Amino acid sequence: MNKISLTVNGNKVEASVETRVLLSQLLREELGLTGTHVGCDTSQCGACTVHLDGEAVKSCSVLAAACDGAKVETIESLSDHPLQEAMVRHQGLQCGFCTPGVVMSGLDMIRRHGSSLTRERIAEELEGNICRCTGYRGMVDAIYEVSQDV
Amino acid sequence: MYETAYARPRTLEEAVELLQSDEDAKCLAGGMTYVPTLKQRLAMPSLLVDLSRLLSRDIAVADGFLTIGAGARHVDVQRSQIVRETLPALAELAGLIGDPMVRNRGTIGGSLSNNDPAADYPSAALALDAQITTTKQQYAAADFLSGMFETLLDDDEIVTHVRFKIPVCAAYSKFASKASGYAVAGAFVARFDDDVRVAITGAGPCVFRADQLEEALKGDFNVWALKGKTIEPEGLLSDMHADAEYRAALAVEMTKRAVHQITGA
Ligand SMILES: Cc1cc2nc3c(=O)[nH]c(=O)nc-3n(C[C@H](O)[C@H](O)[C@H](O)COP(=O)(O)OP(=O)(O)OC[C@H]3O[C@@H](n4cnc5c(N)ncnc54)[C@H](O)[C@@H]3O)c2cc1C
Ligand code: FES
Ligand code: FES
Repeated sequence: MNKISLTVNGNKVEASVETRVLLSQLLREELGLTGTHVGCDTSQCGACTVHLDGEAVKSCSVLAAACDGAKVETIESLSDHPLQEAMVRHQGLQCGFCTPGVVMSGLDMIRRHGSSLTRERIAEELEGNICRCTGYRGMVDAIYEVSQDV
Repeated sequence: MYETAYARPRTLEEAVELLQSDEDAKCLAGGMTYVPTLKQRLAMPSLLVDLSRLLSRDIAVADGFLTIGAGARHVDVQRSQIVRETLPALAELAGLIGDPMVRNRGTIGGSLSNNDPAADYPSAALALDAQITTTKQQYAAADFLSGMFETLLDDDEIVTHVRFKIPVCAAYSKFASKASGYAVAGAFVARFDDDVRVAITGAGPCVFRADQLEEALKGDFNVWALKGKTIEPEGLLSDMHADAEYRAALAVEMTKRAVHQITGA
């Protein structure tokens, strides 16, 4: 067992985890933060994207034990964020399964590129977020719109 | 995933000791290859030695060489001002690896230690005559990258730095698998004052140099010099994505595209 202490969405969390527990499992099963989705569990789909020390990562591919001392932010850290609102308005989601990951990836892009973000760059950077419903158009528009306001 | 022990050493010495203390111990860097491997139960280490916050992420230039710490994430290389100025082809290559989340975690040391036949960095290491420094010694990339998923690393040996020779100019061109993003074939072309080196990844069981293409380009560094030049398909990979003949042709095409990126004609 590994004793870890980390900050999740601003709250201090202490846990004792087996090495094989993934960050996605810690969030969903231990902490009940089921907004982080597990689409593939094979590092492909990006539904499980969260921010680890400020950077977007696939939480299904990070060991919880490796997050001792880290700061984690999940989709639950947002409420009525302009990007969530824009996703709805631009129909950037249908079934919504990929959406938490797309929003966390989108925020990461906006943080890094700010208003220099282009639609082409957004499409390129969405490489790691697979959506089976929308065709991506709406989410690209939503991320683009919010990036232009920062 | 099988349960295993976990340690996060503070120094390289401590990390080496841990690896020596247990013959089934394995190191873990960004985990972008190894965590999926563990999840598929394709490996059963007894101890994971986490190097992710220990290895250097420094990037520096001196005397015609670019040195990168083994812990540098792909995103560090992609965005580094130093790499963009001295070896832009390497920054571009790093930006073609996987996706932003993979690039935020995966490291150059992990990629070279893993030596996936379809990985991108091995081609740069071979074309740029890289020196790979470990906790034991230094290797030329040509020796270090010894076979399919194989290197000269001992079980208790850790890659600490990679040093690339800075060329006059270079370019990388990759034909990525639509499904995985890995190279079906990729070519890293580097032109030095007195040499041209072409390294092909994705096509064979291990990265290799394309002698015939190098000779042609040494005579005349131009796409046209490659007309009619080939890579021998024998020994290349054949799978459901592409057979050996197609990969050989694709590797030549990627070389042409890389040369074209450099000469613009
Ligand atoms: C969805 C996805 C897409 C990807 N696409 C690409 C791609 O297009 N191109 C590409 O090249 N790669 C791709 N990768 C792989 C990625 O680049 C990995 O980061 C890289 O192969 C391994 O680096 P790592 O730091 O994650 O190593 P880890 O996964 O932590 O380790 C890999 C292996 O190397 C060993 N190791 C790690 N660091 C060291 C060290 N310093 N010294 C000695 N041994 C060490 C480990 O013990 C392990 O055996 C992809 C991965 C994923 C999940
Ligand atoms: S669930 Fe993590 S990438 Fe799909
Ligand atoms: S909205 Fe259904 S998978 Fe993206």
